[in-house]
Amino acid sequence: MILEVKHGYFGYSKGHDLLQDICFTLREKEIMTILGQNGTGKTTILKCVTGILKWQRGQTLINGKSIDSSRKTLKQIPIGYVPQAHPLSFPYTVRELVTMGRARHIGVFSVPSGKDKKIADQAIDEVGIRSIRDKLCTQLSGGQLQLVFIARALAGEPRVLVLDEPESHLDFRNQFLIIKLIMRLVRERGLSCIINTHYPEHALRLSDTTLLLGQHSYMFGKTKEIITEKRVEEYFDINVKILPVPYKDEEIKAFVVLDSI
Amino acid sequence: MICKQKNLKFIWLVMLLILVGMFFVSLYGGRYFIPPGEVGEILSAGLRGGVPDSIAGSVVWNLRLPRALLNALVGAGLAVAGASFQGVFKNPLVSPDVLGVSSGAAFGAAFGILLSGINQIATVLALVFGILSVLMTYTLSKLRGESSTLALVLSGMIISAVFSALISLIKYVADPYDKLPAITYWLMGSFASASYSDLKLVGVPILAGIIGLLLLRWRINVLSLGDEEAYSLGVNPVRMRLTVIAMATFITAACVTVTGIIGWVGLVIPHICRMIVGEDHKNLLPASCIVGAIFMIMVDMIARTATAAEIPIGILTALVGAPFFALLFKTSKGDWQ
Repeated sequence: MILEVKHGYFGYSKGHDLLQDICFTLREKEIMTILGQNGTGKTTILKCVTGILKWQRGQTLINGKSIDSSRKTLKQIPIGYVPQAHPLSFPYTVRELVTMGRARHIGVFSVPSGKDKKIADQAIDEVGIRSIRDKLCTQLSGGQLQLVFIARALAGEPRVLVLDEPESHLDFRNQFLIIKLIMRLVRERGLSCIINTHYPEHALRLSDTTLLLGQHSYMFGKTKEIITEKRVEEYFDINVKILPVPYKDEEIKAFVVLDSI
Repeated sequence: MICKQKNLKFIWLVMLLILVGMFFVSLYGGRYFIPPGEVGEILSAGLRGGVPDSIAGSVVWNLRLPRALLNALVGAGLAVAGASFQGVFKNPLVSPDVLGVSSGAAFGAAFGILLSGINQIATVLALVFGILSVLMTYTLSKLRGESSTLALVLSGMIISAVFSALISLIKYVADPYDKLPAITYWLMGSFASASYSDLKLVGVPILAGIIGLLLLRWRINVLSLGDEEAYSLGVNPVRMRLTVIAMATFITAACVTVTGIIGWVGLVIPHICRMIVGEDHKNLLPASCIVGAIFMIMVDMIARTATAAEIPIGILTALVGAPFFALLFKTSKGDWQ
């Protein structure tokens, strides 16, 4: 499955487009990261792709077919959205919340069937949160809640997983666990991923392609070609050094900010 | 959550048994004593189409039975409407009258009583103004463009305030010996005038609303996550929320129309049910129906048997509901944000 965005425009106020002429392509089993400063519209891109917001001009295509947010396609879009971990109004249990990921497959007047519950339980096992599945979501830590949201997205049986800063608010061990989980899901489920992140080293480690988003311009291409010292300086207005750290057979990229404090 | 999934069937059974038991007990309770055996005889005779031509027969069949039925219907309706409103407004502290339906209906009834005394006109005006007030609330919330939950609740407060002021105005100009007591008494809520004609008038709208909400009960879960997540899960929240609000409002308006304002039921009962069956609206809505009916039958029985003169039920639900809510507030450990 191929997801394409063609000439997407979006702005919250009239006459000012936050996003201008956004174009990118996501192929099967590819991971794409979006990097950029706060307020450049990273989350907005994700919302437009998932159909939460509508492109004001331009479109999202899946396998060459345009999707808009009409009811029929809204149900069929095989995109799972993982929002940033946020507090819930009602203390649902983990299982109840994950089962809600089945909503697009459940009729308006129906309740989840045995099959829906089974798929939800599988998703819970897949992200490894079986031990907390009867707990209340309000009693979970940020990292656990993030895993619950990922399980909920998986329960919808998506082909593309869209994650909004999945590793923010987490300690570095949990950040690493989330990234490992995403890599595993892409491998095992054959998913494609779009991930917003604030960590260039995560992007370097994780993604095939990267969209670097600035105030008025953006760049899209292979991650290794996009995330360079010069580009980061240009888009983040800060001096950095990217250092290779050899470990076993791999070469891991470390990211150091040089500017004096 | 008190019980685990496995005990749920047992809980449903217990709740239904209590409801049925309470219903029959309420047929015995009252100032006019009727031996337990006779009530059964009257009921079975009535179901076969021949109510005994006695005072006892008339009391049970024409007074207590319609009253108990109306209790159950209004209790279930207000509670399920409350639970639904709390779900779609993502706020466990809203009640069925958030959108101004109670004040609107109360104004309609007060206006009707002022014009012509208690009769069908007051009832019809109550229903009309109840629904009108919600339409006004909705229109007002749209004025700022996007119809957000906060805008709806704030608009509800504004419309409620306007109608409350108008009610005061009507009370001020009403005849203090005749009309004013009638209006005041109506505003306090009562089942005293319950009859089969009341049942016929509001039975269908309330039942239809309850069934509609019960059918949508799982969807309310998704709505309670907020608009963005609902969209991302493949559900159009705007239309679905409007449907739920319309049904819950219709129920509330119909209830207020025949019984006056009975507060607290729609707020407290869903919370009691959350403690029994958990947060999932799939279970919460049916549980609210049953417990709401039990609660209303029980409180109305107290209202008509506790003292020689009947106590307005709105006073009792507040007296029972408010302390109970305070207790809930203390014991439920920080689940509410």
